[in-house]
Amino acid sequence: MSIFVDSKTRLLVQGITGRDGSFHTTEMIRYGTNVVGGVTPGKGGMSFKGPDDQKIPIYNTVEEAVADTGANTSVIYVPPAFAAGAMEEAVDSGVALVVAITEGVPVQAMTKIHAFAQDRGVRILGPNCPGVISPGKAKVGIIPEQIVMPGPIGVISRSGTLTYEAVINLTKEGIGQTTCVGIGGDPLIGTSFIDCLTQFKGDEETEAIVMIGEIGGTDEQDAAEWISDNLDIPVVGFIAGQTAPPGRQMGHAGAIISGSSGTAEEKMRCFEKNGVRVAARPIDIVELVREALD
Amino acid sequence: MDIHEYQAKEILRDNGIPVPPGRVTKDPNDAVNIAKDYGDTVVVKAQVHSGGRGKAGGVKLAGTSDEVFAAADQILGLTISGHTVKEVLITPAEDIDSEAYLGILIDRESQSPVVMVCSEGGVDIEEVAEKSPESIKKLIVDPRQGLLHHQAYGLAGALYNDPSLVKQATVIIKQLYQAFVTSGASMIEINPLISTPTGEVKAIDAKMSVDNSELFKYPSIEAYRDVASEPWAETMAREAGLSYVKLDGNVGCCVNGAGLAMATMDLVKYYGGEPANFLDIGGSSNPQKVVTALQIITSDPNVEVILFNIFGGITRCDDVAKGIIEALGQLEIEAPIIIRLTGTNEEEGLKILSAEGMSAFTSMDEVVEKAVSETSN
Repeated sequence: MSIFVDSKTRLLVQGITGRDGSFHTTEMIRYGTNVVGGVTPGKGGMSFKGPDDQKIPIYNTVEEAVADTGANTSVIYVPPAFAAGAMEEAVDSGVALVVAITEGVPVQAMTKIHAFAQDRGVRILGPNCPGVISPGKAKVGIIPEQIVMPGPIGVISRSGTLTYEAVINLTKEGIGQTTCVGIGGDPLIGTSFIDCLTQFKGDEETEAIVMIGEIGGTDEQDAAEWISDNLDIPVVGFIAGQTAPPGRQMGHAGAIISGSSGTAEEKMRCFEKNGVRVAARPIDIVELVREALD
Repeated sequence: MDIHEYQAKEILRDNGIPVPPGRVTKDPNDAVNIAKDYGDTVVVKAQVHSGGRGKAGGVKLAGTSDEVFAAADQILGLTISGHTVKEVLITPAEDIDSEAYLGILIDRESQSPVVMVCSEGGVDIEEVAEKSPESIKKLIVDPRQGLLHHQAYGLAGALYNDPSLVKQATVIIKQLYQAFVTSGASMIEINPLISTPTGEVKAIDAKMSVDNSELFKYPSIEAYRDVASEPWAETMAREAGLSYVKLDGNVGCCVNGAGLAMATMDLVKYYGGEPANFLDIGGSSNPQKVVTALQIITSDPNVEVILFNIFGGITRCDDVAKGIIEALGQLEIEAPIIIRLTGTNEEEGLKILSAEGMSAFTSMDEVVEKAVSETSN
């Protein structure tokens, strides 16, 4: 099994004609994801040419696209200035999952969008995330397919390339994944570590979980406590930013130590206290996962 | 982006909040002239992006022209938490009856704006939050409703008993929320909010950060950016779309992706080295970005070795390799460059490097260990 996306995913691409959107649409189709349509205002009625000359219909609005294709998931590649509007439109359209890749969505806009999504019962993944891939089934976003393989590990991460680093090390050792989820590097994200852990808990095939966190906020600490109270399968954790200075934003808008809270040390301590096995280096994740599976 | 006190006060004034007048200057003689407009006693305040200005000697009361000159002269050029003071704000000294704290920020947990008030003002609010959290009253705002009148009234009532003060504070709290949402702020703070013996409520200090993702909407706030106080390397990085933070070590790091960049710094430390910087070249990196990144890294005289850790996803290894070769042609780089290149277009990237007699590692641990071994300590 897997979480969030699989062979039942019917995907809509918002921003399908843009540079990133078109490139990754081709990649997703190639991987076997069922891309049912695209949305670019003003280009409704045209079609997007897939890698095997498939014609993916393009719509002006998400509403039309959902009505016509029965899409249940939308992925957003539109530029930051339009991303908040694209997310609102997706939440309003009746899809169950909205994956927002775009980095640089204003935080105040996100406060309203998250509230809206909660009211509608829609899950937002991201923004500022690499998306999600269920190896062998479907990929939504930008995670490179070469680094994954099907298997028993669930992966959750706030980062993009650091996730690739961890996942390829697992794959090289023959340890595959049920689903790899990038939850995003922004301070306000739609899907938290706990949301993903809850899903993995209900997934019979996931035998162990890898959590990759970073400095800033308390999402990892909250997750650690949740794990100790609710989860029976082993969890391996890694935190990036042990050498990050306080008060400085480290690339991701959410990666900032405010005052003395949100440090890597605090998060690692919280992991250890709650039975999460802590990797000192990304490469150590593999060994800890192997031990956990034995 | 942080803005200066005097700039934050302009935004408060624009939203109707009572703020005493004030003007900034870089010149002590000019400070004396400004002070003449403001009556008996003025306050001379360092304009730097740092807290703790008072403790650092960056805020002084001055009664006479000589005192104003001396205060401005002492404060200008002062270094506060690594920031050099280039401007001072001259503002009339106020008679103070009480000091309070009023702030709004985005709370990660509730994913909403939170308004905070505390009847102890003029002190470090983080300290108060730690020692006596019960003295801070917090209100989570539904971002879709905005701050409602009765909520502002309730918060004001936590600060004052006198009905006239409560009434004034209610208006100020609503105006501050308005300022928050109409300037794309991520944090806005009045500390202290004072009441005077004549029964007025005023903001005499202000602090504000604006969400970088909102700046494109507010050119007037973008214009507040203090490029002169920003280190050259950070201006250069920002304009090139790179994230750069200078640190104290000697291993220059060039990485794609923020998480991987942090993990690379941590691994440098793990192998006994010290990272010189955080640098994320971002997703779709063209060769020119890599050249700029190398320019920035080599501008730091502490850098003894340059470490590339590239895991190609959207970033293509051949683009990075091209950038490295171009940079070597354009810049004088003495430090050895140790490269790890894997992922998208890895083979093409390696070919470009080997044509120039260079090679690359494929594992992160190997490349970091090698880079640390190239340093003198």
